[in-house]
Amino acid sequence: MNENSVPSDGPLVADAGAYAALASGAKSEKMSIRKLDFFYGDNRALKSVNVPLYDRRVTAFIGPSGCGKSTLLRVLNRMYDLYPGQRAEGEVLLDGENVLDPRLDLNALRARVGMVFQKPTPFPMTIYENIAFGVRLYEKLSKTEMDERVERALRGAAIWDEVKDKLNASGLSLSGGQQQRLCIARTVAIQPEVILFDEPCSALDPISTAKIEELIDELRLDYTIAIVTHNMQQAVRVSQHTAFMYLGEMVEFGETDQIFTAPKEPRTQDYITGRFG
Amino acid sequence: MVEPHTVKSFDAELELLGRHISEMGGIAEKMLADAMEALGGMNAELADLVLAADARLDALQRTVEEETVSVIARRQPVAVDLREIVGALRISTELERVGDLAKNIAKRTGKIANEGRVPRPLGGLRGMHDLAVAQLTDVLDAYAQRDPERARAVWLRDVELDLLEDAVFRELLTHMMEDPRSITFCTHLLFCSKNLERVGDHTTNIAETVYFIVTGQVLPADRPRGVGYARPA
Amino acid sequence: MSLATARKLRSSLAMAACVASAALGIAALTIILGALLWNGFSSLNLAVFTQMTPPPGAAGGLLNAIVGSLIMTVLGVAIGAPLGLFAGTYMAEYGRYSRVTAVVRFINDILLSAPSIVIGLFVYEITVLQMGHFSAYAGALALSLLVVPVVVRTTEDMLNLVPGSLREAATALGLPRSLIIRHVAYKAARAGLITGLLLAVARVSGETAPLLFTALNNQFWSTNLNAPMSSLPVVIFQFAMSPYKDWQNLAWAGALLITAAVLALSITARILGAQKTSK
Repeated sequence: MNENSVPSDGPLVADAGAYAALASGAKSEKMSIRKLDFFYGDNRALKSVNVPLYDRRVTAFIGPSGCGKSTLLRVLNRMYDLYPGQRAEGEVLLDGENVLDPRLDLNALRARVGMVFQKPTPFPMTIYENIAFGVRLYEKLSKTEMDERVERALRGAAIWDEVKDKLNASGLSLSGGQQQRLCIARTVAIQPEVILFDEPCSALDPISTAKIEELIDELRLDYTIAIVTHNMQQAVRVSQHTAFMYLGEMVEFGETDQIFTAPKEPRTQDYITGRFG
Repeated sequence: MVEPHTVKSFDAELELLGRHISEMGGIAEKMLADAMEALGGMNAELADLVLAADARLDALQRTVEEETVSVIARRQPVAVDLREIVGALRISTELERVGDLAKNIAKRTGKIANEGRVPRPLGGLRGMHDLAVAQLTDVLDAYAQRDPERARAVWLRDVELDLLEDAVFRELLTHMMEDPRSITFCTHLLFCSKNLERVGDHTTNIAETVYFIVTGQVLPADRPRGVGYARPA
Repeated sequence: MSLATARKLRSSLAMAACVASAALGIAALTIILGALLWNGFSSLNLAVFTQMTPPPGAAGGLLNAIVGSLIMTVLGVAIGAPLGLFAGTYMAEYGRYSRVTAVVRFINDILLSAPSIVIGLFVYEITVLQMGHFSAYAGALALSLLVVPVVVRTTEDMLNLVPGSLREAATALGLPRSLIIRHVAYKAARAGLITGLLLAVARVSGETAPLLFTALNNQFWSTNLNAPMSSLPVVIFQFAMSPYKDWQNLAWAGALLITAAVLALSITARILGAQKTSK
């Protein structure tokens, strides 16, 4: 892979219209969650949740453990389908199409709605293969094109400089923060539209966390992002919208600035200021 | 007001901050009252006391500043806590300015001691002073009780102080025209009335801050300012 | 006597009992291995690897038995391992939460602990009696039936050890199940899977009972799978029971060979297992 073959180290999906929309402050709903209920067996984990995910914005989900925020995230790409006894009712629209439709092609959905997990999960293969593996499934690329794609994905995840000389090393040989960025690169490489982050920094040190946060801020230009986090400062730093959930309910949704300076709901205020009884 | 924090020392820090603001408020009120008293009675000793009190007010203001910076750095406050802390910082600055204005009034006591006395114009000034002190007391109560409505009332009433200032201005002008010997004396009083009007402005700022602390909302930028009354240029 | 002293005394007693038990077990093992090595090495010579099993009183070796064992073990593993791998994969990946899996697992555990002679009798019943004669086929089949439960068990266990997060991560990329299993789960569990396979080989390579009923024995060189075939365990069994000194010596040599082979397999399995954990 030589430098000349990669003219741009910019984002994978550059879309002038999107930047214009971002600049003008207009926002459209990429995903709309409407009256969503979720059940683990008989246990109702989500109670008629309504929340939008705006296009090319970061929406943070905060709330105490067990409030349903991770559950909500796992509905958006139907991850819960892996497990028996879990079901969702209501509507989750992705560009107007109901994600909960049982006839939906799940693999196609997950290619559009990528996910990055709490613990870094590199596959037991080389760094290069970690990226190329997923891409190969969706596109037939020549060796050169694939090299280029891998490089752009790694650059997009701000890890290229650290791994460019050891693409054939095992993904497991990287540090935790690097592994997490590799996982982000892997997700970005298949060009999704929405990226879900489930506590992506909870296993990382502050420097790695800062790198991931910087990355999320950059990814926002091209993707619709939802992030679950226990770190409220992180929610403030990376998101434009914040949703506070408690006991399976959506208590308050609003612009992050508003939630963290003047929340409307007393429960939101008590939680974010550390007054939970 | 609200539930206590899970981290108890945070509450203690906020409480201390509140106490310091109250103390500053008390000092500022006392300085203002003493300054007027000194001016009216040509009491140089009282005037000196006002000057001395200002040092204490300045020291407290620096303490509040350090405390707020420290709390922000350590607690990363949000929502009501953030508003509380930023509010305290702002109110302390305003109170420190009120103290400066009181000091300015007290300083004039010495300067007008040798001038010819014109007792009458002091009456209008005293009216202004009483209203300014009442407003300050009210807004400090509103802060202590976290009462946004009371703060808003103070904010609206500032227009009365502006009107009083106009009246005092006209009155002093008349005196100066009648008796040119009183010009120096009256000019000093004119500065005092200006100072009292400024106290009213700072009180209004405190009222806006109290309103923001409690509600998270900002009062509109254009406060009624007694439009329609001719103001001297 | 203070409480602390009493506690120390009890601790010492318990420790002494543990050490004694361990010493007893190790002593027994040492004696067995010692006898095996002593007798085995003294009987080991080139002829063992080059000549056929001899009649009593004649010189000879174990070549036909070694080759027979190899053929039937390889064949048995070739039949049993894929079956076990597929079954284990189904249980861990597709049917993890199904009732079928629970039932299969239960039956598999019974099979795992079933006496191998029962397996031998079963295969005798369905093959030897039907075909009318003993054969290497039947022997390999019996061995494969011993391989299956071991491989099923290790495959399922090893795949279950693959973190769910890895599977979820692959799923989140939109990868189909089959691809996730082949490229992610198998890769992550590879060391464990190979270890399981080696342990299965080690287990069957020492089996005598099932072969007695199926492949029987053959004094001569034979690679005909449809005919009786010699094997090390059976030859050891037969020669060791005999009154002839030279036959007994060959049995010792055979026992040493099997032990060495099993030991080598176990060590390989251990090394692979350690590699997995160190990764």
